[in-house]
Amino acid sequence: MCNRVEQDRDFDVLIIGAGVCGSSIARELSRKELKIAVLEKETDICEGTSKANSGIVHAGYDAKPGTLKAKLNVQGSRMMKQLSEELDFAYRKNGAMVLCMDEKDKEKLEELKQRGITNGVEKLQILDRQQILNMEPSVNPEVVSALYAPSSAVVCPFELTIALAENAAVNGAEFFLSTEVTDVIKEGKGFCVKTSKGDFYTKAVINAAGVYADKIHNMVSGKADRISITPRKGEYLLYDKAVGNMVSSTLFQLPTALGKGILVTPTVHGNLITGPTAQDCEDKDVTPTSQEGIAQIQKKALQSIANVPSGQVITSFAGLRAHGESGDFMIGQVTGVPGFFDVAGIESPGLSCAPAIGVYVADLVNDYMPAADKAGFVAKRKGIPHMANLPTEEKQRLILSNPAYGNVICRCEMVTEGEILDAIYRPLGATTTDGVKRRTRAGMGRCQSGFCLPKVIEILARELKVEETHIRKASGDSFYLLEEDSQLSLEGGEEI
Amino acid sequence: MKTELLIIGGGPAGMAAALSAYEQGIRDILIVERDRELGGILNQCIHNGFGLHTFKEELTGPEYAARYVAQIEEKEIPCLLNTMVTDLQGGNPCKVTAMNKEKGLFTIEAQAVVLAMGCREKPRGAMNIAGSRPAGIYAAGTAQYFVNREGMLPGKEIVIVGSGDIGLIMARRMTLQGAKVKMVAEIMPYSGGLRRNIVQCLDDYGIPLKLNHTVVEIHGKDRVTGVTVARVDENLKPIADSEEFVSCDTVLFSCGLIPENELSKAAGADMDSVTKGPVVNARLQTTAEGIFACGNVLHVHDLVDNVSKEAKQAGYYAAEYIRNREKDFGEVVRPKIPEKTKCVLPEGRDASKTLICIGCPVGCLITVEEGKDGELSIKGNTCKKGESYARSEVTAPKRMITSFIKVENGTSKVVSVKTDGEIPKDKINACMEEIKNAGCVAPVSVGDVLVKNVAGTGINIVATANVAGNN
Repeated sequence: MCNRVEQDRDFDVLIIGAGVCGSSIARELSRKELKIAVLEKETDICEGTSKANSGIVHAGYDAKPGTLKAKLNVQGSRMMKQLSEELDFAYRKNGAMVLCMDEKDKEKLEELKQRGITNGVEKLQILDRQQILNMEPSVNPEVVSALYAPSSAVVCPFELTIALAENAAVNGAEFFLSTEVTDVIKEGKGFCVKTSKGDFYTKAVINAAGVYADKIHNMVSGKADRISITPRKGEYLLYDKAVGNMVSSTLFQLPTALGKGILVTPTVHGNLITGPTAQDCEDKDVTPTSQEGIAQIQKKALQSIANVPSGQVITSFAGLRAHGESGDFMIGQVTGVPGFFDVAGIESPGLSCAPAIGVYVADLVNDYMPAADKAGFVAKRKGIPHMANLPTEEKQRLILSNPAYGNVICRCEMVTEGEILDAIYRPLGATTTDGVKRRTRAGMGRCQSGFCLPKVIEILARELKVEETHIRKASGDSFYLLEEDSQLSLEGGEEI
Repeated sequence: MKTELLIIGGGPAGMAAALSAYEQGIRDILIVERDRELGGILNQCIHNGFGLHTFKEELTGPEYAARYVAQIEEKEIPCLLNTMVTDLQGGNPCKVTAMNKEKGLFTIEAQAVVLAMGCREKPRGAMNIAGSRPAGIYAAGTAQYFVNREGMLPGKEIVIVGSGDIGLIMARRMTLQGAKVKMVAEIMPYSGGLRRNIVQCLDDYGIPLKLNHTVVEIHGKDRVTGVTVARVDENLKPIADSEEFVSCDTVLFSCGLIPENELSKAAGADMDSVTKGPVVNARLQTTAEGIFACGNVLHVHDLVDNVSKEAKQAGYYAAEYIRNREKDFGEVVRPKIPEKTKCVLPEGRDASKTLICIGCPVGCLITVEEGKDGELSIKGNTCKKGESYARSEVTAPKRMITSFIKVENGTSKVVSVKTDGEIPKDKINACMEEIKNAGCVAPVSVGDVLVKNVAGTGINIVATANVAGNN
């Protein structure tokens, strides 16, 4: 029996996972008269695959024609710009090149172009060596030709996910953080969802649990229909903004006999990033970088740009792709389980597809349980102002409205106290230093939080009215400061 | 706003430059400081060893800073605290854009500008060290801030990567606060720190210094759980089968400093790829009109005394420039960078016979032998201090201890303190115990006695910084 303590644990739709897909679906569904819950096991939204990826909005030439990947990628890529204006997150259409280093591979480039055209990608063009070097002087001069996709873009994956989630929350979707799903049981016409924070009851379930989508799926599916998601690790190196303008387009490498290459791209905030590697792994919880991975990225990047600024690396990180067996996204109602929808196997180009996945899944839900449009849906969101990017008058106005905007906390990224307060007090506000970092960029600069960490901890503790020793980096036991007479392994996981 | 001389940064360099320009007759000076007080990083360097050249005595960092602050106050040189300079343009006049809570965004025109922004630490990411990214990974200076400025404990079981002086100082500091420092891993075959710091920060506390070793991977999901340490070959590449897991909850990085030159670059000053600071001439003038540079923003110094000395020159030349407007840049003169300390300890040194003097940064090797008549024969010292150090070290070794004491009702949670003389080494623990249990109420001034006759040694614990009352 579903033992829900409170009546408000009754929902129409319950989404498992507050990554970019879960958040996008929540936002699309919040256009309707539906009671929506989003359950997330971590302490913040955007904590899994959505937080560690390339931040590329792929044009859509890569996926096999006819697949969901191909369809949703082209759609998502077309939706992203407008979405960035509605939800106020950084987006830059910078174009992409697939570099071909060998005359023998030119045919493959042409094939890729044809595939793109079939998928509906616009303005694809083959460039010759000189055209490439004119546009991108840092490219390895041994380049032969390239496929150019002007519609490729970059976004900030945190900003995108957080914007979608915040907007969904503003439109009534309820987010339950630090709430891990332990079981899903069919009950009556709906489902009882058992979690670390008690039971929920819902008419429909959306499984957007990223690398854990198999675990959730297998809670309800028949034996024959079980799925498996393999975490495929990708490592990255992030470089100082001083070299962020080395390239303006996103540079891919044409896959060769030696394997899939890596990309070199500016980020939407002006850093340079290289990666990812691809390695299947076991652990879905920890994503360490490896000595081999870092070395591999540095070596492979040399094929795209002749002078890799190795001395300018400011951090390395790794993320997990949720790789499914079929190779395509697995989106749809699970066989024999009406009302349970999978959004599984969302690997690259998942971020690019997210806006389209939201619409696609909302349509599936609407077919299953039609609901009226919500009057008063708020499509627009205003993001946290980034003082560093504002014109002088706007800066003045903000400081006048709240002097905290005049107090610089993160000197590398010029993030002020005002922005950090915004991050804390917004819907689904930050409670951890990672949460502040992803919402404001405090700590993302070249000193990697060396100077601002103590100040951010101080502000968080002050505003959340807790001791500094209770402030965490992210989930679990990720405390920074220890009590002198306590053991480290404190009781973790409690919300603050 | 307008001023004759604007100084960016109120640390040791900025303050010395301001005072020097004042001596030269410049009265319209403004120091812009991003922190809430003057002193810069010296305020968190609560250990002693500063000022032997400048003041002919050994001071702690906050005391060294306080002496300069007192002069700035006496001369009534104005300072804008909690103010960040966001942009800088050279010229006649130079244009400085700054921001703070009270004035918002504003511009200051200055006849000349002295850059004194200091430097920052290389983060873990810049070292390309693999592994996870849990809590518990700090630049050594960040951990130093937590401990010394906030009285907090950033970790209990610690591995330190890099044996620069900050790393060594932090090894001792964390140990005194009750943490266990498992090792200091240094990738080079020698330490980057001063010899005396090996003795008084590592040897005194039995902390192993692993030369030719580095951390190759950091483990842990939420909080650090350990590191993999490996020996490196002559090309500094880790040797695979030498890998060893060391459990710890904290990793501190002390792997070098980088001058903080965002503003110098914004001003269009030419940069020197060797010093990582701006290119200057013999007058410490950068290639951006009217802009001078000194201290760690120009190149990373080994001693604060040398920062003060250089900054004094910068202040002098900036004053001269304001008077004469000498525009000709002349020749580039690269500041003399002291050769990187290669602290090699004699192989197989018998620490009971060959001592390393901790009296000053030179760190003389002193041999002590007892003659038949019981007289000690002391050789190798280059000054009298060395002789008395050696004598005491073999008979009754003594140390000065620095730490902090909690403050009530103050603008700061803690005040840095020191023993006002050396105490016997075997009294260090008892002394720390009393310091940890002590407390005081603001205001506190440098020299105030906060604990009398600590651990029965006859020595007092005195404040080394000023903390104002929180009214």
